[in-house]
Amino acid sequence: MLGHVILAALAPTEQEHLLQARQMQALSFAVHIPLVAFGTAFPVMVLFVEWLHHRSGDPVYRDLARRWTRIMVALFAIGVITGTILSFEMGLLWPSFMATFGDVFGLGFAIEGFSFFLEAIFIGIYVYGWNRLSPRAHMLSGIPIVITGFTGSLMVIAVNAWMNHPGGFTWVDGKAVGVHPWTALFGNPYLWHEIAHMYLAGYIVVGFVLAAIYGFGWLRGHRGRYERTALAIPLTVAALAAPVQILIGDWAAREVTRYQPTKLAAMEGLGKTEEGAPIHIGGWYTGGEVKYGIPIPDMLSFLATHDPNARVRGLDAVASADRPPVNVTRIAFQTMVGIGTLLAAIGAFYLVVRVRKKRLPETPWFYRALVLAGPLSVAALIAGWVTTETGRQPWVAYGFMRTADAVTGAGPIPVGYAVLTIIYILVGIGVVWILRRLARTPLGHGHGDESGGATLPGAEVVT
Amino acid sequence: MTLQDIPMVFILGGLVFYVALSGPDFGAAIWQATAGRDEHGRRLRDLAHDAMAPVWEANHVWLIFVLTIMWTSYPVAFGSIASTLGIALFVAGVGIIVRGAAYALRSGTRTAAEQRRVDVASALSSVLTPFALGAAIGGVASGRVPVGNAAGNLWTSWLNPTSIVIGAIAVATSAYLAAVFLSADAVQLGQPRELAEDMRRRALGSGLLAGALAAGGLIVLHEDAHRIYDGLIFGRGLAALIVSGLAGAATLGLVVARRYEPARYSAAVAVAAVVIGWGLAQQPVILPGLTIDEAAAGRNTLWAVIIAVIGGGLIVFPSMALLFRLTLGGALRGPGGTAMTAADEKPTPHVVLAASAQGLLVRVAIACLVVGFGFLTVLEPSWAHAIGIAALAGFLITGFLAVLPDDLVGAAPER
Repeated sequence: MLGHVILAALAPTEQEHLLQARQMQALSFAVHIPLVAFGTAFPVMVLFVEWLHHRSGDPVYRDLARRWTRIMVALFAIGVITGTILSFEMGLLWPSFMATFGDVFGLGFAIEGFSFFLEAIFIGIYVYGWNRLSPRAHMLSGIPIVITGFTGSLMVIAVNAWMNHPGGFTWVDGKAVGVHPWTALFGNPYLWHEIAHMYLAGYIVVGFVLAAIYGFGWLRGHRGRYERTALAIPLTVAALAAPVQILIGDWAAREVTRYQPTKLAAMEGLGKTEEGAPIHIGGWYTGGEVKYGIPIPDMLSFLATHDPNARVRGLDAVASADRPPVNVTRIAFQTMVGIGTLLAAIGAFYLVVRVRKKRLPETPWFYRALVLAGPLSVAALIAGWVTTETGRQPWVAYGFMRTADAVTGAGPIPVGYAVLTIIYILVGIGVVWILRRLARTPLGHGHGDESGGATLPGAEVVT
Repeated sequence: MTLQDIPMVFILGGLVFYVALSGPDFGAAIWQATAGRDEHGRRLRDLAHDAMAPVWEANHVWLIFVLTIMWTSYPVAFGSIASTLGIALFVAGVGIIVRGAAYALRSGTRTAAEQRRVDVASALSSVLTPFALGAAIGGVASGRVPVGNAAGNLWTSWLNPTSIVIGAIAVATSAYLAAVFLSADAVQLGQPRELAEDMRRRALGSGLLAGALAAGGLIVLHEDAHRIYDGLIFGRGLAALIVSGLAGAATLGLVVARRYEPARYSAAVAVAAVVIGWGLAQQPVILPGLTIDEAAAGRNTLWAVIIAVIGGGLIVFPSMALLFRLTLGGALRGPGGTAMTAADEKPTPHVVLAASAQGLLVRVAIACLVVGFGFLTVLEPSWAHAIGIAALAGFLITGFLAVLPDDLVGAAPER
């Protein structure tokens, strides 16, 4: 109990670089989140392809699984370090947030740590076990990677859901007392749509990014058995997941309406509380309303509550100091929805051709669209996070602690931000370089592991 | 020991594992960069890479473990440490990025020059990270981190005599552990004799250096962190200090006698004893004016942490044992085995899914999609949403199986 008396000593300090601190955090997330997608969804696809190999005996599946394993391990390594930076930043940038609420939600990260442990252990076994373990043992070693990919996401999302809808404690004089950490994390109704939305997003991103790469190859004439397989599997995953994501996203929006009406108002640019609220496509929020957008009357009321005449709370329901930045939130939201709709259309087209004609689409326009869909899916993923994180502002713990009160009092944030930016640019260049290398380096049948590296001596030159 | 102390035991345990397992990882990078350009140097670099690559990610998670237990169990202390020691921790973080990226990038290198560039970057970061983390611990040990949001000096909290000496000990210890471990690995992986001999020389040199730094460090502690010095020499830390000294001497003896396998473990004991000794000398105070008891979270949270750690440990430790058994047993290192070749020779042609099943699956998938839409989108209650999500998951799985790429790919060519 004494600890809570001392807590007052961690009172907020003046931090002139709050915006840089937020941007530094956002940069770190934006770099890490696509890698998370590859950490959760990609192992499932790799394992599936390996299973196809064992089941059919067809070597094309084995080659594909081995090639993808190399990519998976490289991206996992980068994900490990970018994730580590995030856990550092929790304390480096937001010490007062951690000091006040660490005991409420910190458990989620502790459990995530164990998930991460298992994932790292079994990735090690799986990757270095290619050619060294029996097929059955090797398949089995992949399964924990799939499970921990999900549980890890669940834990991190549980913390984010808590930040959006805090619970599991009593708020007394600016302190969290009577803490129930399990309730805080898992008794939270805000958790379920978030995890469903994000977990599915991982499959969409991995599916479309891989489809974009092999689609690009298709346009350049790489259309052999191997390439068709490599294209069809991720594309099928993404094509099925993208339309489903529209339903999940719609559900998420209804939950946001219920628990964070101010965030919804910012997403839609709804200045005033009104009945039969419209949505606007495009446009710019200024002076309490959306200008230059295409309005669809009653649509917001219908989508948010299933009743076209329902009353929807606008931004005017809260003091202006409690409103999030509207245009950032809204444009990010529209970006996500727009891209999501496009991806669903691409997916539906593919599925129809696939089922009706039992072949891949043949028009080059489809593959040109695929090449765009890869980067767009990543953009939608990040835009979605911008929506939910910016839409929660000015709160770090919605309704309890402002971001400005959470930030560190340490000065050199801009320096750290600049250093991290430079390093992430270099890491990004490195990742592109390594992926191109790994795609071209032959698999080296019958020797070595799938990590490439030391066991591939420098003499192995490829044209 | 009270309930409030238990998470601190986990934290110290996590630190022991981090130092004993990730320390060699950093140290290996230092030896990689100093190995020389000839064929012998190349073999040494490859040994250092091969020995660590399968395990570095798992080893590295111990640091995350320490951070998460710390912020959950002692949030005020964590906030104070992270803000005042922010620069040191950021430097360590940058080092970790570079070290991890180097692992990923090394697998793509083709020429010796490329590999050297990666190795040098990873060696620099491997000096930086242990030093910065050691320096941060020095800041806490010498009482330079007050309670509060960045209440201490951002620079002298980690650039002071105690921090510098602990940082230096951390770097030397990492190199020493790596050399001992790699000596054992060289023998165990059947590498040429000179390689193990070479690592042995490095182990002896760095071991003596680490020992000398530790002894010199006591003098610095006497001047600069008197409370810790007292705890180590006159308090409960003395036993740990003696154990560390004995284990350190035993390790040197074992390395001299070329008995590398047991040396691995005695070296780890020596390092563990230092960490535990610090913990004993430091308690009951974490930060000036803040005891462990005062800093601890409420009972519910502490119990939740204990349950999570025990539950997690029951899964993680056997898994880790499996990883190390496979790695140390050579199953994950060295040239590939024959498992895949055997499978290649006996392909079992098999249609993955019959055509008739495909048509059925399409219908099931569509039914699942309709059910999912109805329960998730149309209906309001939470239980309906749960059914809706399950149905949509069913749609994804059946739909995926329905459009398996068998017919797209065509039959395998005759071999």
